[in-house]
Amino acid sequence: MQDIVLLDDVYKIYTMGEVKVTALEGVSLAMKKGEFVAIMGASGSGKSTMMNILGCLDSPTRGRYYLEGTEVSRLSKNELAEIRNKKLGFVFQSFNLLSRTTVVENIELPLIYSKRISRNDIDRIHHIMRVLGLDGFQKHYPNQLSGGQQQRVAIARAIVNNPALLLADEPTGNLDSATSRDVMNVLCDLNHNMGITIVLVTHETDIARYARRIVVLKDGKVLSDTPSQTSAMPLVQAP
Amino acid sequence: MTALFKIALRAIMRNKLRSSLTILGIIIGVGAVIVMVSIGQGAKAFVEEQLESLGTNVLIVIPISTTHAAARGTTGTITLTVEDALAVEKECSAVSYVSPGVRTTTQVVYGNMNWTTGVSGVGPDYQIIRNWPLEDGRFITQQDVNIMAKVCVLGQTVVTNLFGTLDPVDRWVRINNIPFRVIGALSAKGQSPTGQDQDDTVLMPYTTVQRKIMGITHISYMLASTITAEARFEAIEQITSLLRQRHRLRPNEENDFTVISQVEFASTVMETSHTMTILLGSIALVSLFVGGIGIMNIMLVSTTERTREIGIRMAVGAKEKDILFQFLIESTVLSSIGGVAGIIFGIFTSKLVSYYGGWPSLLSSPSVAVAFFFSNMVGIFFGYYPARKASRLNPIEALRYE
Repeated sequence: MQDIVLLDDVYKIYTMGEVKVTALEGVSLAMKKGEFVAIMGASGSGKSTMMNILGCLDSPTRGRYYLEGTEVSRLSKNELAEIRNKKLGFVFQSFNLLSRTTVVENIELPLIYSKRISRNDIDRIHHIMRVLGLDGFQKHYPNQLSGGQQQRVAIARAIVNNPALLLADEPTGNLDSATSRDVMNVLCDLNHNMGITIVLVTHETDIARYARRIVVLKDGKVLSDTPSQTSAMPLVQAP
Repeated sequence: MTALFKIALRAIMRNKLRSSLTILGIIIGVGAVIVMVSIGQGAKAFVEEQLESLGTNVLIVIPISTTHAAARGTTGTITLTVEDALAVEKECSAVSYVSPGVRTTTQVVYGNMNWTTGVSGVGPDYQIIRNWPLEDGRFITQQDVNIMAKVCVLGQTVVTNLFGTLDPVDRWVRINNIPFRVIGALSAKGQSPTGQDQDDTVLMPYTTVQRKIMGITHISYMLASTITAEARFEAIEQITSLLRQRHRLRPNEENDFTVISQVEFASTVMETSHTMTILLGSIALVSLFVGGIGIMNIMLVSTTERTREIGIRMAVGAKEKDILFQFLIESTVLSSIGGVAGIIFGIFTSKLVSYYGGWPSLLSSPSVAVAFFFSNMVGIFFGYYPARKASRLNPIEALRYE
């Protein structure tokens, strides 16, 4: 089976004046379709840099990054924008929804940058909202929703374009533990039922445990890459 | 593109006060351009119309007191005579008609009404030279001139002030206690290029004015029409040499008269009004420029404020040009709304100015189109820098922006 993600000896070196900071130092990593990978590490371990490179927000200084078999490490800014639009979905710690913009309009945001929104897309948005328990909130504004609901909207936006890879950067960082569980269950569901490949960046072990594979970074290098010991996958599927 | 339009419109609606203040800057700028240009063009059209009404082929000969003549005494301006006028008509081939003219200011009385106005003594050809149709009655004839008939033709301003709505023809007015029969009324001609009311006049046979009112034998000017507009230079030469000869001026003596062409006179006025238009227009353009700076300012604030939004849009796949267009559309929509409102405001104001200020204004559709085009250009020009700045943001940093 083809690798969704293939990082081959990736370096990221930031130059700040005279000082050179190596954020990633020869990281190699492969992920198959349908995997749920957690990337862990202390702050400064390079996990944010890794996230930015995986998310095509940044390009590696050296090494290669293949996304669905296409090398994306040497693409222009506009080509990267297109890749983000077609193949990637983002979920952020601070939700990053557009305020004073309705839930539906937030969800369809990636679509307006790729094409005309068709009848099919509208049906798909309805379906996603139903699956994520957002039915009835179409015309609401983000500030009228709870944190958990806002993060569900962000997840809906991330998957609306059928991405090859969903990147979740500390998705539970701003949520209480009950809501965190709720959001993680949604992600597990998407991974399990819809086969969406997920990369989760977190520094919390409890949260990382929802993933089925845990990659630990330290000082820009892969420290360990192990299957999750105790899978926190819920035994009862969400309705 | 439609989606980008929607985004831009929504952003404008979101900050109503800020948007309207920005638009106000453009409204004032465009409005000022419209008002200034329409007043300038109105003045120009007015002068052109006047030139037309004066006739492009009219020459005026007036006596001047030369230094030499002045030395002879204070009566240096009685050099023109009726005979001079007749000689010009007879001997200058480039001249078609001549009317001697005498002029004084006096009070005209009708019943218990009186009106102080200029009384001009003219010849029968005056009407042809000035190309001035009659509203009613008949004009002065050669017969009237010959017998010094006590008749007069009234301009519209005089008719209105003495008779109101009455028909003046065949009524009698009194000047210096002498009764004069009104034989005709001139049609309204409006203002002269110098702003005088041409209708505020009473015309009589020049002989009548000379003998019955002023008691003089010379004339104060003569009016001549040339055979064509182009013949006026030739006519000026002919008249000058004829009058020099008749006045027995030696070659080293200066003319004791001057020949003025209406065309040259009017074109001086036109040049002045043209200069005024350019001056006023450029002042107005400065205010449009200031309005543009207002747009730039607001767009810079807006892009900084919305850095995070830009980051989100970039993360979900907005390309540089999507962001660029989003903000460019926003600034252009602001400026074109300001443009349309400014045009309406400008039209309204110039109508008001011309109504209350008695100032002619003319609004041509090209100038409206140019103003609209300009306001859009202002939006694009001043919106480009902030929009480009927004589109060049680094998505990672933009997403982290607080």
